[in-house]
Amino acid sequence: MAMVFFSGELQRFTGEEKTSVVALNYRELLGELHNKYPDLKNSEISEMAIAIDGEIVHEPLLELIPEEAELHFFHFIAGG
Amino acid sequence: MSEAKKFNFIGQRTIRPDGHDKVTGKANYAADLSLPGMIWGKILRSPHAHAKILKLDTSRAEAMSGVMSVATFDDLPSVSNEAIQSGEGAIDSLDLGRNVLARDKVLYHGHAIAAIAAKTVAIAEKALELIDVEYEVLTPVLDLHAAMKADAPLLHEDMFTQGYPEQPEKPSNIAARHELKMGDVEAGFAEADVIVERDFVTPTVHQGYIEPHACTVSYNTEGQSMVWCSTQGHFDVRASTAKLLAMPLGNLKVIASEIGGGFGGKTTVYLEPIALILSRKSGRPVKMMMDRDEVFRASGPASAARLTVKVGGKKDGTITAMQTSIAYEAGAFKGSPAMIGGMTAFTPYNCPNVYCETFDVVVNKPKVAAYRAPGAPQAEFGAEMAVSELAEKLGIDPVDLRLQNAAKEGTQTVYGPKLKAVGLVECLEAAKNSPHYKTELKEGEGRGIASGFWFNIGGQSSVTINMNPDGTGTIVEGSPDIGGSRASMQMMASEELGIPLNDLKPIIGDTESIPYNQSTGGSRTTFATGMAVIEAAQDVVHQLKERAASLWNVTPDQVEWRDGSAINTAGEGQMTCAEICAKCEKTGGQISGTGNVNARGAGPSFAVHVCDTKVDMETGKVDVIRYTAIQDAGKAIHPSYVEGQFQGGAAQGIGWALNEEYVYNDDGVMENAGFLDYRIPLASDLPMIDTIIVEVPNNFHPYGVRGVGESGIIPPLAAVGYSVGDAIGANVSELPCSPPRVLKLIQEKG
Repeated sequence: MAMVFFSGELQRFTGEEKTSVVALNYRELLGELHNKYPDLKNSEISEMAIAIDGEIVHEPLLELIPEEAELHFFHFIAGG
Repeated sequence: MSEAKKFNFIGQRTIRPDGHDKVTGKANYAADLSLPGMIWGKILRSPHAHAKILKLDTSRAEAMSGVMSVATFDDLPSVSNEAIQSGEGAIDSLDLGRNVLARDKVLYHGHAIAAIAAKTVAIAEKALELIDVEYEVLTPVLDLHAAMKADAPLLHEDMFTQGYPEQPEKPSNIAARHELKMGDVEAGFAEADVIVERDFVTPTVHQGYIEPHACTVSYNTEGQSMVWCSTQGHFDVRASTAKLLAMPLGNLKVIASEIGGGFGGKTTVYLEPIALILSRKSGRPVKMMMDRDEVFRASGPASAARLTVKVGGKKDGTITAMQTSIAYEAGAFKGSPAMIGGMTAFTPYNCPNVYCETFDVVVNKPKVAAYRAPGAPQAEFGAEMAVSELAEKLGIDPVDLRLQNAAKEGTQTVYGPKLKAVGLVECLEAAKNSPHYKTELKEGEGRGIASGFWFNIGGQSSVTINMNPDGTGTIVEGSPDIGGSRASMQMMASEELGIPLNDLKPIIGDTESIPYNQSTGGSRTTFATGMAVIEAAQDVVHQLKERAASLWNVTPDQVEWRDGSAINTAGEGQMTCAEICAKCEKTGGQISGTGNVNARGAGPSFAVHVCDTKVDMETGKVDVIRYTAIQDAGKAIHPSYVEGQFQGGAAQGIGWALNEEYVYNDDGVMENAGFLDYRIPLASDLPMIDTIIVEVPNNFHPYGVRGVGESGIIPPLAAVGYSVGDAIGANVSELPCSPPRVLKLIQEKG
């Protein structure tokens, strides 16, 4: 199972700091999280980047989720 | 990535392919293009920092002889709230439209209201005087303190603070509040033997690019319109302009001219949509250029900021807790990089207890834009000043304290992921062992040291390498070259192909000739576009091997590519790249390789700077007498340009720390909108900035590259600030350390 860690911003919608999720890919992951925390649909989670085991992915739509992955959502970073 | 890889070209100090044209004046910048029948556009700007537009009448101007067209907000046909990509992330397209041309309110002095295109600049300027505008002048909100008051005049009546569990009942100038937390800061501070808590203030500063914004455009009602402009991202200029003008992307071709500096400030649009409206309405090509005054008053600077920082540590040097509350000015429209400030402030430290609260606040100043590591310098200034003071109070060398608590592989960040391999420890060790750090200070001199962190990004890049029948080739990339990236692309392609550098010509393709590329920014170009170059070059090598195999009548896997030649391993034979290309016609046609990447795995770059200053105690003038910039480049493709990035970042950061600030009067009018009064450092103001390149490879790049363009501007603010405080024996809490401010500190100290 992958472990999802929620930022302070997302914790407002989940009420929890982390949760374990079974998901093969990003789409399943998002679906599972929305099922578990319906209020997340009011958040910007689907617009956020994701770090999968520390590797930052800005466009995660087609990403596979490793079985024991550590996942963090955060806002997209650009630069100057 | 193979660490043992031997390079033929990577790491050399080659001659940049665009250098000759630039030093001989042949390079074409944004203002250099003229077209037949071209007319000139000029902008009417607000004389007030905050006012309602009660009436806008352009009829007298339109009637003037020589005036060809007029533009106002009403000419923007499609402006919704949809997000558009910009330098610091997404920007609301309604806000972008209202920034390009004010709608019902002007929100800063210099805000564009209307534009005129005329046969000459003189006529256009005269016609601006004939535009009748009636204002209801409102009280301007000019700083964070005033803007965040509960009863502050509102810039936007419909803006409610985002980030609270429930939407607040009243609108506010605070656009958003975010918090980031990790561990238990209260418990961390309870463990501390020493706590430092201070407030810090940083000013509004400009990127100070030498080339002002300019463009030449031609609208074509029957087909494709053209924009020629100075930009860090011509694809994003196309997207923003097309969005504001409701044009299909395919109907707009944007060509990036040579660019005379950007540093993040040329990642959005100001003139281009207006010029296209003027061109559409007049049927003529239109050229528009900002003067320096307009650049200061109406393009996007970096946020001014206020911070409260608290750090605690044990006597043994363990940092137990770090906390900050950060407010950033966004300018007239929401979208400062406040949250990035929170994400970066304490990332150089492996501290288990961190809390950051950030506020994005609108004020009656120009909408901020990206500036090198947008959001990081302000926050890390406060953090690094506090850490240095903590080291002093604990009686620990400031480098040793940083080394003891340094972030490294596996360190948990407050923004989420654990760090992969990074080079902060190596940078700190290099600082400690540097001749600079071992130099004893003389009386009256001060020293400051500071770290800096920036994430770096990857993103989308596309490259095509077209080979010619003589074995030379053209590298077509889509990343405007601000800092010498063409040389890096040439080197990476030569490394893969094994052919001489001069056989490959790198060019920046327009939006028609290459697929989408993200802007040059975020320290992404050498990393991400470099990956696309490597992919395209490998594609070319693959095709060259196939062609050689067909000529030798062997299979491709019986051909090896070595030093620019195909080797027949099934028999005897060798063919150079040029020999294979010369026979392309007989083996299937021309050879062209492509690389399209959405690069990930950008490795963060840490920097450490050491600064020594001497202060004239009678005038408060600060001289930087020694400066060393150390940074992790992963692998320096072209060491000279990497060093140039370190030095450029340091110079800009020193300017931020010592002299640069927007000075406003009570009416919100900037009083120093020119380089005589807004003082960026000159070469004569600075000592040689020594550089040390640290190379801790980024394992996600074939050569180990990390971006280096941004981290270098972060440490100077605190390195200089702490050094000045050390020299005069006082605490510096506000930048810039300009002579009046330093003199006041000296006098207060007695």
